[in-house]
Amino acid sequence: YSHFLEVMKGHSLEEDQVNFRGFMRTLAHFRPIEDNEKSKDVNGPEPLNSRSNKLHFAFRLYDLDKDDKISRDELLQVLRMMVGVNISDEQLGSIADRTIQEADQDGDSAISFTEFVKVLEKVDVEQKMSIRFLH
Amino acid sequence: MGDQALLPFGPWSWCLLLATLQCCGASFELNRSTDSSAQRELNVRFAAASSQPVETISVFTLDYDYVQIPYEVTLWILLASLAKIGFHLHRRLPGLMPESCLLILVGALVGAVIFGTDHKSPPVMDSSIYFLYLLPPIVLESGYFMPTRPFFENLGSILWWAGLGALLNAFGIGLSLYLICQVPAFGLGDINLLQNLLFGSLISAVDPVAVLAVFEEARVNEQLYMMIFGEALLNDGISVVRCPHGPQGGKRAAQRITACAVTMKKYVEENVSQTSYTTIKYFMKMLSSVSETLIFIFMGVSTIGKNHEWNWAFICFTLVFCQIWRAISVFALFYVSNRFRTFPFSVKDQCVIFYSGVRGAGSFSLAFLLPPSLFPRKKLFVTATLVVIYFTVFIQGITVGPLVRYLDVRKTNKKESINEELHTRLMDHLKAGIEDVCGQWSHYQVRDKFKKFDHKYLRKILIRKNLPKSSLVSLYKKLEMKQAIEMVESGVLSSTAFSIPHQAQKTQETKRLSPEDVESMRDILTRNMYQVRQRTLSYNKYNLQPQASEKQAKEILIRRRNTFRESMKKGHSLPWGKPAGTKNIRYLSFPYSSPLPAGRDVKMAEFTDHDGSDSELPPITFNTHSPAKSIQERRWTAEVIPMKSLHGAWTPPRFGYQRSTSREERLGRGRRAILRPKPLFHAVDEEFESKEEGEEEAPAFGSLLSSELRPGGDCNLSHSPLLQRK
Repeated sequence: YSHFLEVMKGHSLEEDQVNFRGFMRTLAHFRPIEDNEKSKDVNGPEPLNSRSNKLHFAFRLYDLDKDDKISRDELLQVLRMMVGVNISDEQLGSIADRTIQEADQDGDSAISFTEFVKVLEKVDVEQKMSIRFLH
Repeated sequence: MGDQALLPFGPWSWCLLLATLQCCGASFELNRSTDSSAQRELNVRFAAASSQPVETISVFTLDYDYVQIPYEVTLWILLASLAKIGFHLHRRLPGLMPESCLLILVGALVGAVIFGTDHKSPPVMDSSIYFLYLLPPIVLESGYFMPTRPFFENLGSILWWAGLGALLNAFGIGLSLYLICQVPAFGLGDINLLQNLLFGSLISAVDPVAVLAVFEEARVNEQLYMMIFGEALLNDGISVVRCPHGPQGGKRAAQRITACAVTMKKYVEENVSQTSYTTIKYFMKMLSSVSETLIFIFMGVSTIGKNHEWNWAFICFTLVFCQIWRAISVFALFYVSNRFRTFPFSVKDQCVIFYSGVRGAGSFSLAFLLPPSLFPRKKLFVTATLVVIYFTVFIQGITVGPLVRYLDVRKTNKKESINEELHTRLMDHLKAGIEDVCGQWSHYQVRDKFKKFDHKYLRKILIRKNLPKSSLVSLYKKLEMKQAIEMVESGVLSSTAFSIPHQAQKTQETKRLSPEDVESMRDILTRNMYQVRQRTLSYNKYNLQPQASEKQAKEILIRRRNTFRESMKKGHSLPWGKPAGTKNIRYLSFPYSSPLPAGRDVKMAEFTDHDGSDSELPPITFNTHSPAKSIQERRWTAEVIPMKSLHGAWTPPRFGYQRSTSREERLGRGRRAILRPKPLFHAVDEEFESKEEGEEEAPAFGSLLSSELRPGGDCNLSHSPLLQRK
């Protein structure tokens, strides 16, 4: 989860530690989306827990060098972290390639944010990235 | 239950007709044979006619009584199976009505026949038959095939809903009916409170089968499906436990069976081979199918008969109250539980849940088994139950599909792509991580802890020793073989489609192969994804690799060779317009052969050492790299390039001309084929043996073939020299 902390650091305005504010901002992404919120604030900036922002958060977890693209290596790194030791590098490589190939539409062999969003359009991101906190 | 038998419709109807006739015939025979006086009459006539002594010798007797019960049961099963097959063959019908409708109709038909021929009554279904033979297979099958993860995720809601809902329903219906009974005008005064309550409890038992079939058809979202499923699973037990005279042991056993099925599934799957697994699966489905069918037939048979008592008030009010109380319980309970869920059920969802309260065989059996001594008006109850069942099954069952579509209930999203799988896993981890950080205790933690425990203790005990280590490899091989078979069936064309995802013409074939690919990838991922918290190496992976890699590399090489051969055979049109016959292989000399030698070195540099253990994308992993190569090796690597380029630039008429820089990434995936006898290769062999060396035209290809051809037909031995080069 060090990776995850990196992202949180990013949120907390590039300090080297995660302060409470950064933490809160990150956590705010995980508030479940509620219906009544959608109607307000159409003109203002999107709330942090909108679907797009949630997706952006997840995207940033992959995109380590912050070039707004998930390259094969970045994907491999994340895969390796998630998967453990049972799978060889080659297999992971194939899976990564397959992932990129599925998502990639402009042929740059990397996943941009729009491609990422498109791929996950059927997934219920709002639910997956929401945590019910006990009040 | 989707048997796709290849019977055309005609023969089926003939069979059905025959079966029905047979049934009738049997009844007639029965009448005749058991009518001993008639028999004697025949004998006497015979005797008179031949003027022989009255003594007759029965040459052929039909002792129908002896075989009656098995005969009839078999006949019913046969009839029902035929009906089922026909039902599924008919395109529109399964979407229109749930299967239960059909079964009930068949049962009613059989009942009508039996009644019409004045047969003595069919074997009575008593409680022991039901609980010992008919119910367990159904319960076992539903527990075994239950999707465990969504179930446990929703367990809280399910328990809340099933438990309280059933109670609420039962009491509500019972009490209301009791009140109705108090009204003297209806003539129901003798039904006391207890009886009403019992009736309420048995009538509130919902039968999942009908509804779930429709839901699956309409592909409603998982949550909804789970709620209904869970409710049905649990409330059977609840309703009968409340019945003081009911066979409680039987129902508790049913619940135990469910729990057993759910837990054992995981370990059984690991331990048995593929064929055994398939056998188990289909056997269970078959058993449960048969049981269900029998129950419905019983129901149909008892509809047509004289055991009814009709009381307008009771029956109508029963119906009305069933609906009202279900609505109340749904809306009230979900209102409360929605506050605690991350995923609240919308009003639409709740409407669907309410509407899916289809009663079925469960309530019928319970009603049928009511002891008449305590229920003097048992017939009334049975009739009422039947009416409710018929009403809900037919009317609600048929209309719930359109309702779901009309309400536009949120659909399920079957994960079609590896991306989705991957990213949702990431999000799961993310969520678990955050919860960890926050100190929240959610079901992810529980699941994690359970997994750890499971891996540490249970698996060691319950699963065969050698499996955990190599399970992935064996799974991988299984999947590869599956894919190989698929490849052969669908042809090479589909595999090459992968290389060019954004070229429209191959999208269809892409779809065909991708589920297989994704399945295997998903399986691989599923098996390994949750080991995040354990970051220690459990074993040295370099020990495992070489053995796996040998065989796999061999396999891969075989496959590649055959795929290539396939592609040639399929007659992909070459720029030169020659048919891809055996002699023309040399024409696959690529125009880009000239940059190839130069490019080759570049590519060599890119390649890393190949260990062979790849998944669906052999080209990527065919990374051989060693400066001091033998000729063989060079050829083998050289093979890789044309293969890659071949597939990378593959558009049937124009493969020679398309080269793109990222072609090594767009690779022919899944080029697999099962090895076949190859006259083709022999022909090619001759062609190319002579052309191995300096052929600039087809360096790669020639080498490809020759190196592959040298072993001739025996691939197993052949590739070891190739592979042992390391």
